[in-house]
Amino acid sequence: MRILSLAGRRLAASIPTLFLILIGVFLLLQLAPGDTVDALMAQMGGGDAATAKELRQFYGLDLSVPAQLANYLWRLVRLDLGFSSIYGKPVATVILERLPPTILLMTASLSFAFFFGLLFGVIAARGVNRWPDTLISTLGLVFYATPSFWFGLMAIVVFSVYLQWLPPGGFEDIGTIRTGIWHVFDIAAHLLLPTLTLGLIFLAIYLRIMRASMLEVLNLDFVRTARAKGLDETRVITRHVLRNALLPMVTLIGLQAGTMLGGSVVVESVFSLPGLGRLAYESVVQRDLNTLLGIVFVSALLVISVNFVVDLLYARLDPRIAAEG
Amino acid sequence: MDAVKRYFRSPAAIIGLVLLLLVIAMAISAGFLYPRDPLALAGRPLVWPFSNPRFLLGTDNSGRDIAAQIFYGARISLLIGGVATVIAILIGILVGAFAGYYGGWVDNVLMRITEAFQTLPNFVLLLVLVAVFGSTLTTVTIAVGVVSWPAPARLTRAEFLSLRNREFVQAGRTLGMKDIQLILGEILPNALPPVIVYASVVMAVSILLESALAFLKLSDPNVASWGNLIGLGRDVLRVQWYVSAIPGVAILVTVLAVSLVGQGLNDALNPRLKSR
Amino acid sequence: MSQPVLSLDGLTVRLPKGADRPHALSDVSLSIASNEILCVVGESGSGKSMMANAIMRLLPNEVRIEQGRMLFNGRDLCAASAAEMRDVRGAGIAMIFQEPMTALNPLRSIGDQIGEMFSIHTKLSKAEIAARVLALLEDVRIPDPKAAAKAYPHELSGGQRQRAMIAMALALDPKLLIADEPTTALDVTTQAQILKLIRDLQRRKQTAVLFITHDFGVVAELADRVVVMQHGVIVEQGVTDRVLNDPQHAYTKQLIAAVPPLKAPPPRIISGKNILTIDNVSKTYRTGGFLGRGARVTDAVKNVSLHLPRGATLGIVGESGSGKSTLARCIVRLIDPDAGAILLDGKDWAKLTREQVRRETRHIQMVFQDPFASLNPRRKTAELVAQGPIVHGADRAVAIAEARKLFELVGLDPSAGDRFPHEFSGGQRQRIGLARALALKPDVLVADEPVSALDVSVQAQVLKLLADLRQQLGLSIIFITHDLRVAAQICDLVAVMKDGAVVEQGSTAVVFGNPQHPYTQALLSAIPGGDFTRKRDALIV
Repeated sequence: MRILSLAGRRLAASIPTLFLILIGVFLLLQLAPGDTVDALMAQMGGGDAATAKELRQFYGLDLSVPAQLANYLWRLVRLDLGFSSIYGKPVATVILERLPPTILLMTASLSFAFFFGLLFGVIAARGVNRWPDTLISTLGLVFYATPSFWFGLMAIVVFSVYLQWLPPGGFEDIGTIRTGIWHVFDIAAHLLLPTLTLGLIFLAIYLRIMRASMLEVLNLDFVRTARAKGLDETRVITRHVLRNALLPMVTLIGLQAGTMLGGSVVVESVFSLPGLGRLAYESVVQRDLNTLLGIVFVSALLVISVNFVVDLLYARLDPRIAAEG
Repeated sequence: MDAVKRYFRSPAAIIGLVLLLLVIAMAISAGFLYPRDPLALAGRPLVWPFSNPRFLLGTDNSGRDIAAQIFYGARISLLIGGVATVIAILIGILVGAFAGYYGGWVDNVLMRITEAFQTLPNFVLLLVLVAVFGSTLTTVTIAVGVVSWPAPARLTRAEFLSLRNREFVQAGRTLGMKDIQLILGEILPNALPPVIVYASVVMAVSILLESALAFLKLSDPNVASWGNLIGLGRDVLRVQWYVSAIPGVAILVTVLAVSLVGQGLNDALNPRLKSR
Repeated sequence: MSQPVLSLDGLTVRLPKGADRPHALSDVSLSIASNEILCVVGESGSGKSMMANAIMRLLPNEVRIEQGRMLFNGRDLCAASAAEMRDVRGAGIAMIFQEPMTALNPLRSIGDQIGEMFSIHTKLSKAEIAARVLALLEDVRIPDPKAAAKAYPHELSGGQRQRAMIAMALALDPKLLIADEPTTALDVTTQAQILKLIRDLQRRKQTAVLFITHDFGVVAELADRVVVMQHGVIVEQGVTDRVLNDPQHAYTKQLIAAVPPLKAPPPRIISGKNILTIDNVSKTYRTGGFLGRGARVTDAVKNVSLHLPRGATLGIVGESGSGKSTLARCIVRLIDPDAGAILLDGKDWAKLTREQVRRETRHIQMVFQDPFASLNPRRKTAELVAQGPIVHGADRAVAIAEARKLFELVGLDPSAGDRFPHEFSGGQRQRIGLARALALKPDVLVADEPVSALDVSVQAQVLKLLADLRQQLGLSIIFITHDLRVAAQICDLVAVMKDGAVVEQGSTAVVFGNPQHPYTQALLSAIPGGDFTRKRDALIV
């Protein structure tokens, strides 16, 4: 499996990147005013200096910065992300609880943005400079310029407050307990608006890239060859243009994975979704630096995994990649 | 100038420029039209727009004039967007130029760092930076610039990579030019147009990033910014939705204007037939 | 003559507003009979490719057929509907293109793309299609047809790709094959093979071939009849022999005269002293290796030793991948050689540090291949030419004044210095590139394919300029080229390179008149229209 070994090598190459991020953010957080113990003491309603000292010793915070870093990395190797004093649980547990809504949200938004971006991009490129193109391109520009949190709020006003079609927030209805398929529907109803909100800007980006890339590929020589063979326009597009035009889109998924995860911070806050993004926001507000560092680690891991999948996908689409490895 | 002529041939680019000039005019005239502090109490809270001629766009939860905040907010958005963009583009060009020109281990190290920045979700990094350095106007602006440089760096690097082996650069080398002369005199002028066009994307994203931060109440609370106002309006969203709606439109229009100008610049600076 | 397969009658094709002329083709009339090869010759911008696209009705969006008829099989293609046209394309008229790399879809296998011809136009089963594809690939004599069918375009060589294109075009036994410069992007030996293949298949299948080319050598080799085009108008047409030996129109005469003779001009007296000695120079590339695994080692230049006598011109000829360009770049130190010595006036150029090279670089200058890529588009030409002296400390105003004088020397108007490179034609740009190299008053000039990107008539002018300057300034020149005819014209000495090594060297007249190495012999016999050129050369002498 050449493709797999190629992607595997890329994956291995991202380990130094991961360490670079962790060390960088760890050192950055040393500059933050206040540490975990301060946060803890504030939670407890204050305490004397002796207690603080004891706690610092307990958490290893009295050591030198390099020693703390070494400690942290060593714990990380054993998949121990530390303890969240705010939630009173290990950070790994807190994050794992919050992971499913975020992954669900990201997958849904990405699928939505990718599918419709592809569709609209193709339609726009087919009718370039005619009204479908103008309409789609204009909508794309407007979607791109719309702040996601604002779109979310307005969607709540329209669909939850006035029309009362969809719930204004949360991951599932806590009042009634549903099972099976109804539970799935319930979660879907809760995720519909967040998905649209998060996906909108990416839809705009994808459709623009797809349109540009279609136009570019349509000008390539092999498209002329295809036409000279006597293929009709539909088959020229489906058999020759589409796959070539998809390549930049696929690359973009990998590049934008981080941006999308970042966007979920805002969207989850708007819709009160108990996900990773909202956790990031809460830990900043509550100065829960251990959790924040854990989130940095997990979100970097997520982005790296998305890129791994994207590499595999790309190599499947483009035989030239596998040949290079 | 052909480029100027080409720019004004596109209606979209003209609309974009007009909108952008409008926002700039708002920013300039804010102090003149609303000499009072936009964050000071002005009247009854939650006055609906167009119901009181004194407050054309109504008042927010605590009775501050929304119109005044919109005008002053234009200043903040343009300032943060502009300065952060300059920071991001400068870092990007510096990193990209060195990586692309020298290649080898320099490229390896610089690209690893760039990759690290791109692997970490930019908004999460922004949160970390704000958590560490606080949320004053200066720190937020710098933080937005610092999280935005990887894309321009990659773009500059790609341009440098393709240009450094062009024959005119090789010719410069055979003439005996120094590296710095080749970078600044031969390659950079040819690499710059796409980077300048990309600056409009960075500016649009910067404005959106800052407003999102402000919406989460993590930006500077002591200035009138559009994001702050949307965050404030969230508390009264169910009835007085206009408090959030109006500044959102302002952000949308500004970002749209910047994008349209960027697209117009792209067509003007990189002319290419749209279809063969 | 038998019934024509295709006849064009007063075909006029209109270009969009803002183009350099109103019509791509005006009032073009010609006809092709079955079992006939018709060559359309013209330089760039003559409208010959536009004609091919017009026949296929594959013109760019803003370009349209304004007048005329195109009768194919008794039907006017100008009036055919889109669906009717699709039936004609591929099945009735097939086409092959100049660049076989870009003309094939990079993401689909060769067999798949050839098989598509059958799946569009026939109702054959998958197994039948696969068998036909294999037979076609055998027909075009591709090595290992089974593997080639499964291969992707990037896995084949240029010649193999063009064979695959031909297999695809001939899949349905079309009545007419349009070939748009199909050998221009190929090496000379590959070109000879492809030309032979096209002729063999054409004779066997009795196909009519419309062959578009800029090279009269190819015409002499291949054509039954010739059509000469200039600026979208047919200036002359007739049977090949007649046109070649008795051209009527001035433009045809000019084109034929510009075909370089194969014979070297009478030898010049060459000094016994060497100005440049290349001694055992090697350059090796390692690619794709990660921690030593899977590394590919390419010997780009292998132990090359050459001498350049003062005032002489040494030609280095070879096909793509022979290492001739790498060697040229080693000589000017754009690339650092791994081993060997390059002695210029007694100093070992290969051992100098980068900084020393930078300071000494005015002794040895380079002229590049691509007239469009070799000039910085953002500088005025006077500045471009003056750049070298300025870098080496000359006063700016003086250097610019000197540059203007150089413009005159290379046959340009001195006022040309105030314009930007894009305002010049290819030939003029190459003159500017030459002036830039000469501005530093070099002892040795390394010219890397300086005329390859130019039209044949412009080529002749630039070569003449180079020969004049050599005489006037006492230049010693290393001249890299893939075109033996060009080398024969200007070089006193030639070295033939293959796979990084020099296989034969000596005085031009000896090497070309009595080649010893089989590769040199193959190269010489592969020159298109060799017989015609030799006959003509004999007449001239």
